[in-house]
Amino acid sequence: MKLEHVPGTNRGTVVLYALSTCGWCGKTKDLLKEMGVEHSYVYVDLLPEKELEEALREVERFNPQGSFPTLVIDNRKVIVGFREKEIRETLG
Amino acid sequence: MITEAEIDSRYQRLDREARQGGYNLNPDIAFTRNLVRGLLVNEQRYGYMACPCRIASGKKEEDLDIICPCDYRDPDLNDYGACYCALYVSGDVVAGKSTAGPIPERRPSRAERKEARLKGAREALGTLAYPVWRCRVCGYLCAMNNPPLVCPICKAKQDRFERFL
Repeated sequence: MKLEHVPGTNRGTVVLYALSTCGWCGKTKDLLKEMGVEHSYVYVDLLPEKELEEALREVERFNPQGSFPTLVIDNRKVIVGFREKEIRETLG
Repeated sequence: MITEAEIDSRYQRLDREARQGGYNLNPDIAFTRNLVRGLLVNEQRYGYMACPCRIASGKKEEDLDIICPCDYRDPDLNDYGACYCALYVSGDVVAGKSTAGPIPERRPSRAERKEARLKGAREALGTLAYPVWRCRVCGYLCAMNNPPLVCPICKAKQDRFERFL
C-alpha cells in the first residue's frame, strides 16, 4: 500500500488514513499541512480491492470501528475524527 | 470528473428536499458543496450516493444503511445537532446557536454488522395478518405484504425498508 509523504517537522511517524470524499478527512489533512508536521496519508477509498482490504484491517486494528479519518502516531497513539484540539496538543 | 454545474444542481435538489422535509443542509456552503461532490463521486463509483465520510463496500445490500440520507442521520441530529458527515444539521446550527463538529460513529463495525446479518437471517417470522415494514430513514411504518416502492413520508426507496414485526 503506497502512502503519500508530506515533508515537515518530525513529530514521530504520523500516518493518516483518510477518504478522498470526506469533509472531516480533508480538514484533518489541511490541519497537518498547516501545522507543518511531517506525515504520510492514504486515501483508502482509492486503493485497489486487495490493498483496500489490507488498509481496512490496519485501520480496524487501531480503531475497531473502522471509521475515518484515523490518525496513528508512532503505531501507538490513535486519534479518530477531526479532533482539532487533540491533534494540535499531540503534534504541536 | 464532477463539474461545478453538477454540484450546483445536486446541491439545489438536496437543499429543496431537505427544506420540504423539515431538515437543513449545513450552512457552511464550501464544506457542504465538497460533501455533495463526494456524494456524486460515490454515485458514479458505486451507483448510489454512499456517505462520503464512510467507506462503502460497493455491495449495495451491505451499504443500504449508509446511502444518504443514512439510517443514522435522525438519531445523530437529535443527539449531536449534525449527521456524521455534517451534510445535515439541526436548526440550532443554522441559527448559529451551536456548531457542527465531528461526532462519534454510530454505525456498527464490520464485524458487528456481519453478526447482525446472521442473526437477522436466523430470526423466525411472526404470526401477524400482515408483516409490518419500517422505513429505516424516517421511521414510517406500514402493514402490507410488501413495503411501498417509495416511502410516502421521506421518499426513500423500497430497499430502505426493514421488517419491523
